[in-house]
Amino acid sequence: MDVLATTTAPLVEIGHLSHVYRQGGAGDHPVLDDVNLTLRDNEIVALLGRSGCGKSTLLRIIAGLMPATSGSVAIEGGPVTAPAPQVAMVFQSFALFPWLTVLENVEIGLEAQGIGLDERRQRALAAIDLIGLDGYESAFPKELSGGMRQRVGLARALVVHPKVLLMDEPFSALDVLTAETLRTDLLDLWCEGRMPIHSILMVTHNIEEAVLMCDRILVFSSNPGRILAEIKVDLPQPRNRLEPNFRALVDDIYARMTARPTGKVSHGVFPGTGISMVLPRVSPNRLAGLMELVAAEPNNGRADLPEIAGDFLMEVDDLFPVAETLQLLRFAEVEHGDIRLTEAGKRFARAEPDERKRMFAQHLVTYVPLAGHIKRVLDERAGHRAPASRFRDELEDSMSEEQADHTLRAVISWARYAEVFAYDEDSGVFSLENPS
Amino acid sequence: MSIRAVANNARSLPLGLGPRGLLPNLYDVIIFILIAAAFVAVAHGIREMETPLAKLDLAPVTLDPAHLPEYALRTTLRMFAAILASLLFTFVVATLAAKSRKAELVIIPALDILQSVPVLGFLTFTVAFFMRVFPGSELGAECAAIFAIFTSQAWNMCFSFYQSLRTIPADLDEVSRHFRQSGWLRFWRLEVPFAAPGLIWNTMMSMSGGWFFVVASEAITVGDTTVKLPGIGSWLALAIERQDVKAVGLAVATMGVVILAYDQLLFRPIVAWADKFRFEQTAARDRPKSWVYDVARRTRLVRVVFGTVSSATAYLALTRVHPRAPTRWATPSAGRGIADALWIAVVLAAAGYALWLVVGYVRASLGIDDALTALWCGFLTLVRVVVLIAIASAIWVPIGVTIGLRPRAAQWAQPIAQFLAAFPANVLFPIAVAGIVTFRLDPNIWLSPLMVLGTQWYILFNVIAGASAFPTDLREASTIYGLRSAQWWRKVILPGIFPYYVTGALTASGGSWNASIVAEVANWGDIKLKAVGLGAYIAQATEAGDYPRVVLGIGVMSLFVVVINRLLWRPLYRFAERRFRLN
Repeated sequence: MDVLATTTAPLVEIGHLSHVYRQGGAGDHPVLDDVNLTLRDNEIVALLGRSGCGKSTLLRIIAGLMPATSGSVAIEGGPVTAPAPQVAMVFQSFALFPWLTVLENVEIGLEAQGIGLDERRQRALAAIDLIGLDGYESAFPKELSGGMRQRVGLARALVVHPKVLLMDEPFSALDVLTAETLRTDLLDLWCEGRMPIHSILMVTHNIEEAVLMCDRILVFSSNPGRILAEIKVDLPQPRNRLEPNFRALVDDIYARMTARPTGKVSHGVFPGTGISMVLPRVSPNRLAGLMELVAAEPNNGRADLPEIAGDFLMEVDDLFPVAETLQLLRFAEVEHGDIRLTEAGKRFARAEPDERKRMFAQHLVTYVPLAGHIKRVLDERAGHRAPASRFRDELEDSMSEEQADHTLRAVISWARYAEVFAYDEDSGVFSLENPS
Repeated sequence: MSIRAVANNARSLPLGLGPRGLLPNLYDVIIFILIAAAFVAVAHGIREMETPLAKLDLAPVTLDPAHLPEYALRTTLRMFAAILASLLFTFVVATLAAKSRKAELVIIPALDILQSVPVLGFLTFTVAFFMRVFPGSELGAECAAIFAIFTSQAWNMCFSFYQSLRTIPADLDEVSRHFRQSGWLRFWRLEVPFAAPGLIWNTMMSMSGGWFFVVASEAITVGDTTVKLPGIGSWLALAIERQDVKAVGLAVATMGVVILAYDQLLFRPIVAWADKFRFEQTAARDRPKSWVYDVARRTRLVRVVFGTVSSATAYLALTRVHPRAPTRWATPSAGRGIADALWIAVVLAAAGYALWLVVGYVRASLGIDDALTALWCGFLTLVRVVVLIAIASAIWVPIGVTIGLRPRAAQWAQPIAQFLAAFPANVLFPIAVAGIVTFRLDPNIWLSPLMVLGTQWYILFNVIAGASAFPTDLREASTIYGLRSAQWWRKVILPGIFPYYVTGALTASGGSWNASIVAEVANWGDIKLKAVGLGAYIAQATEAGDYPRVVLGIGVMSLFVVVINRLLWRPLYRFAERRFRLN
């Protein structure tokens, strides 16, 4: 994958790794597909992709928390068959033990290694000091803010002196300002070489975060997760978000992540075709909101997605599903990080509520195969009623239970808005009648 | 303890209402048969040893008030011995069920049924059994009493712990595996602390229920043998025999003092302490308070003692650590399916044998008529339970709501309701019986209220907890839109407290079945009052030493309770969770 391979075994080496999520009987659901990756000394690498692209699964496979279906994982040349001692992980949810103090939480890894109390205490205090937590030793996690909690998570990982630090969306549960402070502090420690680690591998869905922190970015596609592109970031540290080169790189990655998969007939970017398309749960209000935003001055029907995201402090995971649903409904086109409203989309943005509902209903039944399918079944049946379980079973033939649930709920919410058909939660039955 | 803590804890599932399916499945039937067979085996074994129970050289219980403190102490000690046994049982059995699929297949349905078995009916066997294990020794009778309390306490604790183990948050599980904690360290650092709030709450509930059984199990007559262990229960039995109202009054007062002391010195400090184990990442606004806990924390001596204990446990946790060879992932193999099938085959074979044993035993001495009689009695008791729960609900729901919506009143009323729930109602029975005798009332009707005397409080304090947790904004909204009274009850508050009410009513109904065994038959000196019902059926069979009928009665009662739980309470609970859970 890279020409600069050194003679010593790389810290982490992954070859042709694939992972399949098995579900009872209904078929397998691929999560990762033929992933190759090498992590060397002294670099920060990002696994960048949207939620559900399997990047967190990959991190857990590297950590030895779960086995891959096929392919090889090696740390310093040795195959991974159990939780590996050379790595330490920082969790998105912090994963602190609420009944232990900060000090005890930091000590947990040392305690498991059977290290004696004195050495444990000394090392834990050093880590707490390094990460800027002094004075909080006896506090309980629930007394700390999110940023402080993640610092505990970091200290807990560093104290066991790992070679590789794995970070799973470490800043995404924090507010914008706190996250930025923590990123900067971490980068300072890294650049000054004060952390006892050789490399960092982090999972993120935040493009700017990846560009800000990493030396290399591996962009993942979704369903199944594949490496779409490898991007080297040569900008010098500390990096400035407003610098033109920085912006250009962010725009470039946005474009790659919204590029249409070539050679595929599937409309939109949702996995699956026909009624087995996995749909995201996006509320009709957000769809209408984005269309209005793009239609209005100064955008006039065309806008830059990274810009919108930046203006509203949103992240890719918030924005992409909305844009792509619009694309599926033929209200917009998404390409190269831009969103452009179609004629129908522009008309929708100008229309009155009743007209909007009419348009939405028409597009929904025509362009969302599952909605059209449910509508046809209801039309054909004498009583115009059909149980949801029927469609759920159909969906579960080609997707996981959870995805089927999300897809069905997405269609229900859109159909309710468009008044195409009704759904009764208690009985789980679709019908054509509207409650009057 | 604070309302909030109760509100949170009331959410820990009362029965096996958790992850398992709704429908009674084949496994329930199989396990039911296995448990019935175990009863039969014990009964059969006792009959084989037809020798009379060895006479005990117990110091006779006297009605001398000077002995009362000692009796109270002995009763309390029995209680704690049982709770320790229950904890130990919980740690071992629930852990086994959570870690081994094979064990889980048997243990979980078994717990589910065992907690429906009327403990008091079981007393006959345990007394006879333990007296034979320790012939002529007081230890046998003590063990029997402790075992009886244990059987009233262990199952829900075990369930709670098992459910906690099964719902350990994925990220903490990953941390534990990631840092390669040994199984021992993981147990003390992750599993026990995470399970602590639910387990402590269930232990407290078990303790509350246990007082009832400790009183009932101290003085027990099996056939010709009457055993009276020194304790409040025996004092009470003697007072009833002698129709001594003053002694009954003293027993009531002593019990009140004991329960109050237990509540203040143990219950509340532990709940206040256990608050730190609550799996919440935000600090609670009102935390459970306990003056004893506050004093203890400030006292140097107590701090030193606690510090020593905690570092000793830490040492214990660590000494067993061998930085173990990290566990490899279990490789899924075809062998596992075959092993499971084999295991199920073994269980099925055992069930088949058990069925044969049960049918053989019951048919040897009982006919179809006896079964019909037991079912009819069961139906009568069912009617009593249903009517009484309905009446208790009609009384306590409005009162509970009124109290719960007034925070100051709730602060006062909640501990009282919990105190009343812990107070063993059977201590009060003689007073009621004396009343029935005096006014020549019909025992078929007037003995019935005794069944809910102790259990109605569960409805009250759950409703108070529910009303206290009712969101202020919803109350304000209904005030602003001027909802009328009937509408307010129907659309606002009843749905709001429904999940809590179901929890309370479920506990109350289960307790009432159990109480029927001591409530449907009552004595006052020579006067015997009896209502027709399954409880009386079991009580009389016990007194006569008629083991087949005891087995039949217990079996029928368990069947009633299991079926009602499955057909009524469980669906209601699910419905409440789905539709009415706020937040």
